Amino acid sequence: MQKLIKKYFPLFALPTLIAFTISFVIPFVLGVYLSFTEFTTVTNAKWVGLNNYMKVFADKEFLNALWFTVKFTVVSVVSINVLAFVFALLLTRKIKGTNMFRTVFFMPNLIGGIVLGYIWQLIINGVLIKFDVTLTVSAKYGFWGLVVLMCWQLTGYMMVIYIAGLQNVPKDLIEAANIDGATKFGILRNVTLPLVMPSITICLFLTLSNSFKLFDQNLALTAGAPSKQTTMLALDIYNTFYGKAGWEGVGQAKAVVFFVMVALIVLVQLLLTRSKEVES
Amino acid sequence: MTEDVNGCEKLLCHEERGFEMNKAKKSLWVSMLLALTAMIVIAGCSGNNKPSNEGGAAAGGKGEIYFLNFKPEIASVYEKIAKDYEAETGVKVKVVTAASGTYETTLRSEIAKSDAPTIFQINGPIGYETWKDYTLDLKDTKLFKSLSDPSLAVTSGEGVYGIPYVVEGYGIIYNNAIMSKYFALPNKAVSVSSMDEVNNFATLKAVVEDMTAKKDELGISGVFASTSLAAGEQWRWQTHLANLPLYYEFADNKEYDNTVLAGLAANEIAFKYGDNFKNIFDLYINNSATKSTLLGSKSVADSMAEFALGKVAMVQNGNWAWSQINEVGGNVVTADDIKFLPIYTGVEGEEKQGLAVGTENYLAINSKVSAEKQQASIAFLEWLFSSEKGKKYVTEELGFIAPFNTFTENEMPADPLAKEVLHWMNKDVTSVAWTFAAFPSEEFKNVFGDALLQYAQGNMDWAKVTTTMKDAWKSQKAK
Repeated sequence: MQKLIKKYFPLFALPTLIAFTISFVIPFVLGVYLSFTEFTTVTNAKWVGLNNYMKVFADKEFLNALWFTVKFTVVSVVSINVLAFVFALLLTRKIKGTNMFRTVFFMPNLIGGIVLGYIWQLIINGVLIKFDVTLTVSAKYGFWGLVVLMCWQLTGYMMVIYIAGLQNVPKDLIEAANIDGATKFGILRNVTLPLVMPSITICLFLTLSNSFKLFDQNLALTAGAPSKQTTMLALDIYNTFYGKAGWEGVGQAKAVVFFVMVALIVLVQLLLTRSKEVES
Repeated sequence: MTEDVNGCEKLLCHEERGFEMNKAKKSLWVSMLLALTAMIVIAGCSGNNKPSNEGGAAAGGKGEIYFLNFKPEIASVYEKIAKDYEAETGVKVKVVTAASGTYETTLRSEIAKSDAPTIFQINGPIGYETWKDYTLDLKDTKLFKSLSDPSLAVTSGEGVYGIPYVVEGYGIIYNNAIMSKYFALPNKAVSVSSMDEVNNFATLKAVVEDMTAKKDELGISGVFASTSLAAGEQWRWQTHLANLPLYYEFADNKEYDNTVLAGLAANEIAFKYGDNFKNIFDLYINNSATKSTLLGSKSVADSMAEFALGKVAMVQNGNWAWSQINEVGGNVVTADDIKFLPIYTGVEGEEKQGLAVGTENYLAINSKVSAEKQQASIAFLEWLFSSEKGKKYVTEELGFIAPFNTFTENEMPADPLAKEVLHWMNKDVTSVAWTFAAFPSEEFKNVFGDALLQYAQGNMDWAKVTTTMKDAWKSQKAK
């Protein structure tokens, strides 16, 4: 049996490998190569070395977008996880209709980002019109609009992961802590939290990378208005690539820088939270 | 003792549980890894495959001619033409239409494919700069030779790389029914009594402001339709309206006899006529159907609907807007009442100024496809613009004012706005050339448009708008 599996392993792995190569490896390598060139279409490129990268770091818009993205990521990661954890705690308490609530909270996650962006644009503008302003009047409306949108979309998903984690906390441990006279908060802090650390790792990873890479929602909700003050990194890359003639290579270089940043941040986060995980 | 036993039990339990926990943890990790792979794959796909907005492009692909259409509003007509052409000559024409505002994006991804567009469009000299590696020299084609004014074509050195195929005009479209109603008011505060007498900014301003004061009597919610400043909906201001001050600025440069050439040569601009721009822009936003802080959510379609429903008397747009006005459900504006007024901004001698007439649509043939495909594409275009059948399509269904001498005087489009454009072109006035062909990039226009939005919302003063615009021009030229 083992031998048989070994024998046919390449055959079974091949389709996936081909798909992965075509849709990921090749575009990725080509993308990195293009970031060192000047081009109009991907088939005719001229090598320019590190020129594009120099332009990236001299580009004020890129740095603005980076700062906006960082701010947004911090706020949304914290708010999404706190909200999701609270919901998860509430919905593991045998309240009536728990399942219905779980489903309802999870549902926004099934809607695509562009659609969500436009829906929330209508909602927010509908509220703001009472004060004679719109989303585009100030960058702070766009910022908080994005945060609300992301919370609405991701809280349910994270909540489901936290619920799975909470259900795996052994009842007897909590009981023991109760008998030992621990307070409710003490139990939460010293028993529950350490035991759901694996869930926290995943949730942080998902929210962090999703917030940092946000594109659709940003494009649909504000498209960077006013004056690019709410442009996030992904949208800035897109604008550079398509909006400025002759800047395609710079856009590509930004994308490579972006990739390295996302990879680094996520790796650091994984290392940090994993070291906090405990065995029960 | 009991406690001890309990503790023991707990420990035992604990160990068992611990094992289970480990399993649970493992499965969590597995699912996380799965999610990670899935995300990498998805990110890889979405990050590197250029989004293309073609409708039915995926199908077929063996078409002899591949026409990448710029104008979504007439996409269905091109489909019909393609079918007809195939029936007549047996040559297949594949028509793909880029969604509004995504032409450059679509072209960029389509042209890199093995089945690339054979006919595409460039937007003038600036577009030619981007696509010069792909444009065929059309100097020897009948198409170029039949241009009524050869200087309209996009040229570089001896070569001809872009052929204009439609002349368009824009200005302030007004609803004459509302205007007549206003001029008939006994208590109107102005002395003019018809739109023919409005021939400069001062008169226009007086009329508009008096109309705003009497808007309840006139049954309108504002004189001008909303100044649409949502992202992607700003072109009427950052391109079309901005054309006027820059046209006058470049016309002052006597070294060139053409404002586009003067503009292309200018590395910096003074925005000398910026105050004139402010004049008309202020007039638009202060007498609008919408409060100026709310303009950031308005689209062009909103403005056209307001006009079509008779809620406003005027809207700035071009002759292509007729279909948009006509198609609005509940449209109350009749074809006879729809007229054009030049955009007056308070420049000296503007009584002799006409509509802004020009083109930003130039046909180009892909130089990288096979020679047969190039010839077939040229033949198709010549058929469209010189055969009886093709010309009929052009004037009646596409509604183009075509700049070719193959069209006789009675072969002109019949829609009211196109007629108005022709009417103004034949009047004793000077048309404003479409100088925005010389604007350095989309980026420049968008930066200016965003500044206008900030100004309308009261977040930026006019001096800052002016410097923003000048800086954007300079930096986009310098790159």
